Amino acid sequence: MSRPVTNKLRPDLLRIANWIKPDTRVLDLGCGDGSLLVHLRDTKQVSGYGVEIDVSNVIACVANGVDVIQNDLDSGLAGFESDSFDFVVLSLTLQSMRHVERVVEEMLRVGHEAIVTFPNFGYWKNRLQIFQGHMPVSETIPYEWYNTPNIHLCTVRDFEFFCEARGIHLLDRVVLHEGVDVDILPNLFGSLAIYRIRRP
Amino acid sequence: MAEPNSVGIVTAQTAHFDQPLTLMSGAVLPAYDLTYETYGRLNADKSNAILICHALSGHHHVAGRHRLDDKSPGWWDNMIGPGKPIDTNRFFVVGVNNLGGCHGSTGPSTINPDTGKPYGSRFPLVLVADWVNAQARLADYLGIQQWAAVVGGSLGGMQALRWSISFPERIRHSIVIASAPKLTAQNIAFNDVARQAILTDPDFHGGDFYEHHTVPKRGLRLARMLGHITYLSDDGMGEKFGRMLRSGEYKYGFDVEFEIESYLRFQGDRFSGTFDANTYLIMTKALDYFDPARHYEHSLSKALEQAKARFLVVSFTSDWRFSPARSKEIVKALLDAKKHVSYAEIESAHGHDAFLMDDKPYHDLMRAYMTNIAKECAA
Repeated sequence: MSRPVTNKLRPDLLRIANWIKPDTRVLDLGCGDGSLLVHLRDTKQVSGYGVEIDVSNVIACVANGVDVIQNDLDSGLAGFESDSFDFVVLSLTLQSMRHVERVVEEMLRVGHEAIVTFPNFGYWKNRLQIFQGHMPVSETIPYEWYNTPNIHLCTVRDFEFFCEARGIHLLDRVVLHEGVDVDILPNLFGSLAIYRIRRP
Repeated sequence: MAEPNSVGIVTAQTAHFDQPLTLMSGAVLPAYDLTYETYGRLNADKSNAILICHALSGHHHVAGRHRLDDKSPGWWDNMIGPGKPIDTNRFFVVGVNNLGGCHGSTGPSTINPDTGKPYGSRFPLVLVADWVNAQARLADYLGIQQWAAVVGGSLGGMQALRWSISFPERIRHSIVIASAPKLTAQNIAFNDVARQAILTDPDFHGGDFYEHHTVPKRGLRLARMLGHITYLSDDGMGEKFGRMLRSGEYKYGFDVEFEIESYLRFQGDRFSGTFDANTYLIMTKALDYFDPARHYEHSLSKALEQAKARFLVVSFTSDWRFSPARSKEIVKALLDAKKHVSYAEIESAHGHDAFLMDDKPYHDLMRAYMTNIAKECAA
């Protein structure tokens, strides 16, 4: 049974998909409706599971034929054995985690490599809004200060310091704005960062 | 008056088996009957059959009504029927009464052909694995080589899990709801209190009460009252009954005063009039003994390694009899064995009984999963 492949995968998810090798095992944390896993299954014979906290997303995953485990990421990945996945993906979720360090640590325990994406707080429009005296609201941080789920926002530079301090290897980085790669001054002109990392 | 989305008026059937069945205990049932009901139509390649396994006090009557004036429909009527999550327009659904039961299948109250008297205390203990073996013979009888899915809640979920281990080739999907990989000491303790209530009832007569033309009603009533407390949650009970008094004031006595007392006594009375005490003992023992990991170095993931089914595991937040943590043990074992599994933890205030309730996210989830199975069958 094959499902029509959606080409409307979010640009960041497409970049992630490009890094994932065929026939591998992937754990997608905060997987939403499972569209990344559907894409990987249909184009690269990738198997794996999504993890989701929201029941409507869990139902959407099931409808999409994606294996999904309903779980709160902040409670850890205790259900998963060490080294049981080739890739562990955390897309646009890191910034809303209570225990960022533990989540990254767990991702690198469970997976051989981890792929993390987050909104870049250092994006110039964010900086400008702060300069004007406001908390930033932008394409990648679309919330007001009072209703945001984001509690740990960081910049491209912050994340790289974070990894360096823990000996985490940075294998790849892509910084995007509106789906397009930003090569010049990414911490200033990119609104979304995607990293491929490996444990020390 | 036809009910929409109901399978309508249904009739139970009985299959007789002459081939002896050797039970896990070593005892042999030379011949036996299984009572079952079916809804929907088996498709040409016989790929759309769903087996519904019953829980502790359950039976084969899962959907529809036996007569127009039936007070209530089958016990899972909100889940099974045309257009319902387990859609009888697409699936051929089979409900079965397990061996040892008291709703038509051979059990302690059945006449033993060797003696001409009810089996009573002589009826052997049957385990979950025995039920699954008997159900496999029913599948043969119905011409079903492979179930599209085996579905069950609680003790029924244990059967769905056991199916995937005992007959990996004969089940495509195993749906395990509000269940556990084995009972905890606390679970077994509750079961034993229930059994002691029955065993110590003077009307029990060592299990041969049939010959004394009596029924250990008091024991069965207590067992059911205790069971009911564990199937509900404190919040759910509080919401429904609170400390409501029937008369509005304290009477300073031991008669029914609080609404919850009235409810439990009513449930206990009703049950003790219709259910067989020996069956209750057997079913609770089957629960206690269930532990598929036992023969696989006590590793559930080893036990599940040979499974070929895809799994859906569902738990309910307020279920403390079989808590979400117990379902997660099953999920963990399946993940370790690298099996296809999805797991949902449904918000509910209804405790263990939530799996029988009409809850939208729960039913949406079941519908989504079953729809994909239906697509496989049609392919």
